[in-house]
Amino acid sequence: MNDTQRLLLSGDEAIALGALHSGVQLGAGYPGTPSTEILEYFSELGGNAQWSPNEKVALEVAIGAAFGGGRALATMKHVGLNVAADPLFTAAYTGVSGGLVIISADDPGMASSQNEQDNRHYAVAAGVPMLEPSDSQEAYDFTRAAYELSERFHIPVMLRVTTRVCHSKTAVTPRPPLPPSQPHFTRDIKSRVMIPAYARPAHVKLRAKLKEIEQFNESSPLNVEIRGGSELGIISSGISYMHAREAAPGASFLKLSTTYPLPLQKIAAFARSVKRCVVVEEGDPYLVDAIRAAGVAVEGKPEMYRFGELNVARVRRILAGDTSPEPPKPAGKPPQLCDACPYRLVFQVIRKMDLIVAGDIGCYTLGVLSPFEAMDTCVCMGAAITVGLGLRKVLPPEQARRVISVIGDSTFVHSGITGVVDMAYNRPPTGHVVVILDNYTTAMTGRQEHPGTGRLLNHEPARKLVIEDICRAAGVDRVYVVEPRAGSDEFETRLRECLDSGETAVIVARRPCILLLKDLKKLEITNQPQNQSQAACECSCNQ
Amino acid sequence: MNAPVTSDLGVTNIVIAGLGGQGVLKASDILVDAIFPTGLEVKKSEVHGMSQRGGSVCSDIRFGRQVFSPMVPPGEADYLLVLAPDQVEVNRHLLKPDGVLIAPDSVDINRLPNKKALNVALLGRLSRYLEMIPLDNWRQALQRNFPPDLHAGNEQAFEFGRNS
Repeated sequence: MNDTQRLLLSGDEAIALGALHSGVQLGAGYPGTPSTEILEYFSELGGNAQWSPNEKVALEVAIGAAFGGGRALATMKHVGLNVAADPLFTAAYTGVSGGLVIISADDPGMASSQNEQDNRHYAVAAGVPMLEPSDSQEAYDFTRAAYELSERFHIPVMLRVTTRVCHSKTAVTPRPPLPPSQPHFTRDIKSRVMIPAYARPAHVKLRAKLKEIEQFNESSPLNVEIRGGSELGIISSGISYMHAREAAPGASFLKLSTTYPLPLQKIAAFARSVKRCVVVEEGDPYLVDAIRAAGVAVEGKPEMYRFGELNVARVRRILAGDTSPEPPKPAGKPPQLCDACPYRLVFQVIRKMDLIVAGDIGCYTLGVLSPFEAMDTCVCMGAAITVGLGLRKVLPPEQARRVISVIGDSTFVHSGITGVVDMAYNRPPTGHVVVILDNYTTAMTGRQEHPGTGRLLNHEPARKLVIEDICRAAGVDRVYVVEPRAGSDEFETRLRECLDSGETAVIVARRPCILLLKDLKKLEITNQPQNQSQAACECSCNQ
Repeated sequence: MNAPVTSDLGVTNIVIAGLGGQGVLKASDILVDAIFPTGLEVKKSEVHGMSQRGGSVCSDIRFGRQVFSPMVPPGEADYLLVLAPDQVEVNRHLLKPDGVLIAPDSVDINRLPNKKALNVALLGRLSRYLEMIPLDNWRQALQRNFPPDLHAGNEQAFEFGRNS
């Protein structure tokens, strides 16, 4: 390979290129840091990519594509896999005809997440093979390897990455692309219809398959042994391996890449070959517990290193058994709502009215910070509406009447719709008020499109989901659309009116994200003809 | 002007820090684009996601014969380039004792034609220390990272910083 073929890519970009070179015919996902750029780059490269309303939808679409013999990619951040867990577990039983790779982009240290769950447990729990790359070259290579594995064993494969793999740029030398597969549906009812009678044998089959894959992984060239001294051996995976290589240059290494099912014979042989064997891993003690359960004596890390990301300095401490308090990191400046953000006006009103606010995931979560401090709960996407309903149902009436739910447009589509259905159906005695902050985009992750923007992932026009129509159709008593503007008290007036009514109400506070304004103009000019015809249609349909 | 002594593996560690919206990530993109064609191994690592909302942003760049971790260990940065005055103290612990700090006051911001190009001006200042990166690499990296109508302004800012 000559030097001109080297590319400098982020892990996300490398996965996208790897997917393209694997002949992937469909990529689906929901934006979430640090996974977002995978589908964006895949689309830029000419791949067929779509933002789905949420991760469950994305994975199910991808499963369908793979049932049809195609190669499909589903991307999401770690908490997104919680949403998609339902199809994941059963797709392991059904298997796939084509290739299916699921990206779980974890966020140890919670740079932009509500928890730091370690999704390696998902591979074990669902029974899907997992690969863990440690840099962009491996992100590219392992994506291709994941499709090979998926098609060889007819099983979905999880590619587990973390923030420092996704958002680090390192060199990648690509290989010649593979031709796409030829999708074709072949009926196989017993494999794909998971009624208990067919699911019971499917589970047995899955476990047998995983045994086979375990043997396959024992001799996989992806698991690399680097011989150094025999005093210290380090078993590691993902980005932790890079920190460890630097922290202990003289040690011997077993770099695990197939981290489920684990090649336990290889691991045991490595552990025997060194005097002291330490497992260096970020997050939960997943590897060390599994290795010890197999009867191999290895050292793990002290509990204090379960929290946050690892780095070279922390790995040095782990290897030295140092559990003294770490030097505190100086506090940086937290992010805040942009100066001219329309949400600011909304939160000023909410703050003034001293309400109990069930919040959600997005830019507006920043409404919890000073000077607003106008958010009382934030659990997961969509939970604003349903947590608000729960509060309404148990609090004494004078407190219940002060509860509102605040959610964004993209999040409403993701998992807020079912909450609104619940509000209309299981109506709290005091009614409820939902404020939908519609800024025309998925702002927090970098302004991605969603069904409510009326544009596809690549910004081409699409049928637009009308939020207020959905709420009306669900049976909400009052539905209003207001524009939050300086000098206008329309939002406050409507909010008071809705709270006083004791009915179920949705207020859509609609004004574009200020970071979007320039792009929006361009997009609307480009997309005008389609918008006009759609507007004409909406007029007649909305009568 | 003395460059700090680099590590055994010849790894140079640079941290670029500032606030969201200041161009921290853009500056680090330009820097790695300038290093990449030298053939040295280069890695860049950052945490972004809320990067345009005024919070602290930090990007690590490491290059040399062989680089493993993409993150600069605290206290081991050879160069710390900070775009916001109030972020200097927050990030100072990343710099090694004989490391070089490049802060907004390293250039005369009032003479900078466009204050938005402070990130590029400070890169220009940094470029004086990084002799292994040919000037041509910097020019090409600047061109690759900006649309044509911004090329002249950014080249100017770079030269301004380099000569400060």
